[in-house]
Amino acid sequence: MKLAYWMYAGPAHIGTLRIATSFKNVHAIMHAPLGDDYFNVMQSMLERKRNFTPVTASVVDRHVLARGSQEKVIQNISRKDKEENPDLVILTPTCTSSILQEDLQNFVNRASQESKADILLADVNHYRVNELQAADRTLEQVIKFYMEKFEKDKTIPQIKTSQPSVNILGPCNLTFHVQHDLAELKRLLKDLGIKVNLIVPDGLNINELKLLPQAWFNIVPYREIGCLSAVYLEKKYSMPYINTSPIGIIQTAEFIRQIQDILNSKNLNVNFEKYIDKQTRFISQSAWFSRSIDCQNLCGKTAIVFGDATHASALTKILSQEMGVKVLISGTYCKSDDEWFRSEVKNFCQEVIITEDHNLVANIISSLQPSAIFGTQMERHIGKRLNIPCGVISAPVHIQNFPLGYKPFLGYEGSNQLADLIYNSFTLGMEDHLLEIFGGHDTKEIIKVSNEEILWDTEANDQLKKIPGFVRGKVKKNVEKFAKKNNLKSITIHIMQLCKESLNT
Amino acid sequence: MEKQLINESKIQNLTFECETGNYHTFCPISCVAWLYQKIEDSFFLVIGTKTCGYFLQNALGVMIFAEPRYAMAELEEADISAHLNDYLELKRLCSVIKKDRNPSVIFWIGTCTTEIIKMDLEGIATKLETELGIPIVVARANGLDYAFTQGEDTVLAALAQSYGTKIEEKKKKEVSNTSKNLILFGSIPSPVAYELTNDLLKLGIEIAGWLPSTRYTDIPTLKEKDFVCGVNPYLSRTATTLMRRRKCQLITAPFPIGPDGTRAWLEKICQVFNLPPQGLEEKEKLNWKLLKPYLEVIEGKSVFFMGDNLLELSLARFFIKCGMIVYEVGIPYLDKRYQLSELNLLEATCLEMKTFLPIIVEKPDNYNQLDRIQDLKPDLVITGMAHANPLQSRGINTKWSVEFTFSQIHGFTNAKNILDLVLKSLKGQITVNNLNWKNYNILV
Repeated sequence: MKLAYWMYAGPAHIGTLRIATSFKNVHAIMHAPLGDDYFNVMQSMLERKRNFTPVTASVVDRHVLARGSQEKVIQNISRKDKEENPDLVILTPTCTSSILQEDLQNFVNRASQESKADILLADVNHYRVNELQAADRTLEQVIKFYMEKFEKDKTIPQIKTSQPSVNILGPCNLTFHVQHDLAELKRLLKDLGIKVNLIVPDGLNINELKLLPQAWFNIVPYREIGCLSAVYLEKKYSMPYINTSPIGIIQTAEFIRQIQDILNSKNLNVNFEKYIDKQTRFISQSAWFSRSIDCQNLCGKTAIVFGDATHASALTKILSQEMGVKVLISGTYCKSDDEWFRSEVKNFCQEVIITEDHNLVANIISSLQPSAIFGTQMERHIGKRLNIPCGVISAPVHIQNFPLGYKPFLGYEGSNQLADLIYNSFTLGMEDHLLEIFGGHDTKEIIKVSNEEILWDTEANDQLKKIPGFVRGKVKKNVEKFAKKNNLKSITIHIMQLCKESLNT
Repeated sequence: MEKQLINESKIQNLTFECETGNYHTFCPISCVAWLYQKIEDSFFLVIGTKTCGYFLQNALGVMIFAEPRYAMAELEEADISAHLNDYLELKRLCSVIKKDRNPSVIFWIGTCTTEIIKMDLEGIATKLETELGIPIVVARANGLDYAFTQGEDTVLAALAQSYGTKIEEKKKKEVSNTSKNLILFGSIPSPVAYELTNDLLKLGIEIAGWLPSTRYTDIPTLKEKDFVCGVNPYLSRTATTLMRRRKCQLITAPFPIGPDGTRAWLEKICQVFNLPPQGLEEKEKLNWKLLKPYLEVIEGKSVFFMGDNLLELSLARFFIKCGMIVYEVGIPYLDKRYQLSELNLLEATCLEMKTFLPIIVEKPDNYNQLDRIQDLKPDLVITGMAHANPLQSRGINTKWSVEFTFSQIHGFTNAKNILDLVLKSLKGQITVNNLNWKNYNILV
């Protein structure tokens, strides 16, 4: 057993659901107890989805415990099949249902005979993989299933597109800044004269998967989700893939050069060096920004970076290579990507940590006292507690990191956004520091001294403290007014109640 | 030998239906969110998997970052396959909790997983209590059996069953005294508890205490023949435990939600104690007068409860009294005996307001409900977050039901808060509808 109240990556079924709900017209049925369908709340709340999340629970209750699911799962699948007419239903086990060891594959086989939709059982072990690994596997499973099916039906087009084209693998629901990143990625590819063939799974209709092999190569923008599928497609259709994330000026250039190599290996003879140069020096602002006088102040400042492998490694490189910031610690919670992460960042930071324990991260931050933190929602709060500014660069995040405005992390606009984020994090810290030195804001608060003090007894004071900050002042004023009106010198809980009853509050 | 104080007629005309139980609700372990805040010297340990932890981490939102007095005992593969000894593992974790936090009580919240692998939490707790010298209360708040607020019910039932029994064994059995105490059960914020206590005091009834109190050590001792009365509609197990195990007498009353409910609740208690309900009528009238500005806006508006927190019946009754029309009351579970007075009052209210009786749907089916909502086009749907935004985008106005669970809604002065929530939604609609874009779902 582990004592914890926070985890960086969620349970496996969340990953499966992220993939399932990202495809168009795919329905997920969870084999789960009541209340495990919290995913729907996250979709509706964080991503502000306008549509009902296509996830239903086949509820595991006492009866199921006693007699097994029997026909229940099959009925639920058939019912959804009729109601929604999905192309695919993914049966998703949860931690709870995996202990029951029911033969879910058998339900899937039986339901397949009766329903129009294809039916798959998500093949993930809930006690061994986390959300990200599960998403990676589920995506591979779906692609594999359909490629084999299309092979059988001989419906796969055998030619490549005339213009160079790519598939983007992995962008799915609840991915950090994914919609903005996709827009930026499309723009970049368009500049290079490359057509986007398919984006999988984001908004894709499952039957379009047959067009996968007609692309020239694949791109996996985020390491965590999509690599398995890219490897599978490479093996099966010898499609090369790129899994360098174009985050930051240097990595973006690297990413473009890799595309160049692939295109040249297909006898296209392109040269993107001029494009890279122009974008870097004039179109994007971040390279010039780091040369500008302002950025000299960042030189030698210290930072700690923590997040998923993709974003934490990219940020580490940007800070140390592009901004001259000293990265004390670079870390990730993606334990399965341990080796890659170490080799990637070892030259750009003083120390690497790989952990899923937020307490360890908090202790390191508080002992090293960096000038800024770049991390997840958790690090933001650690920073708040320690008065250290924090820029959020990676999931898990909360609703404020699903912004409406255009905020990509990828490509040239992404590097502008990142420069702002980094610079603002440091200057905020600096401003606070200066204020402290010079004795705070000069607000000239006019303090009225009332000639008759009204005393709050401890009980009433405690009660007052429990009132949310933004109305506390108002409540306090009202109660004191009430006390004055009634010639009372001290305030008790009882008087607060009386005041409330007189409904002046 | 149960004594329930019932002197009311049977429910006559209400229709009860039961659907498939495919509905969204919070997992009952969410009760730790408000219970750890209520019982200040407690620590809650949820014994479950990553799924439970993930739910709490997302549902509790910002509370997580305030070093809460709750934690997960996250079960790993070795725990499931019994490679590790549950007793030793729990001992290790609880020793750490004792050292770091030193609580007066540790609550173990059992989950689906502990149910399925049949972890003997009660057995282990008895052993560990003596070893660690700290009371351990075991509540099985799992999604196999319960929905959302029923989590509190399991915790309070466990408390009612265990609290003070050991002390009593030490003392010799006292002759059961006839000065009958009144103990109220249900977790509500302290200011609200204070208000209800005060209202009773004005009527000449001094209560012996609350279950739960703000401190574990302040919970009143329960004796035979004590009177008990609930303030929340989802506490039927607690009520049953108090009657059967502790031989208390249950006062079945409507719940003190809305001025009408509060008055009925107080009157019922007065009736049991043979005291005149002085000034209650005036008090209720005054409160309705103060609510007038709200009532003008909501009168005639229709409401649909999808159902997820068991407050639905009391809220529906109050809304009908406010002049609204309630189409359907979805509810996860309905204990007709515990909610009898509330059901009676609902019926009487409909009669008085001359509106039809709403259909009460137990274990609703969200998919069917969405169909009915499309047909009925109610002015307001009270629902969970999973459906709120999709309904809004289809031009149907919603209010997130969880807010009713976390707001102060009991007693005379808090009726305003309930209507505030409703009005926020309706007023928002009025403002936005002036823009003329109603449908945000399909491009027409």
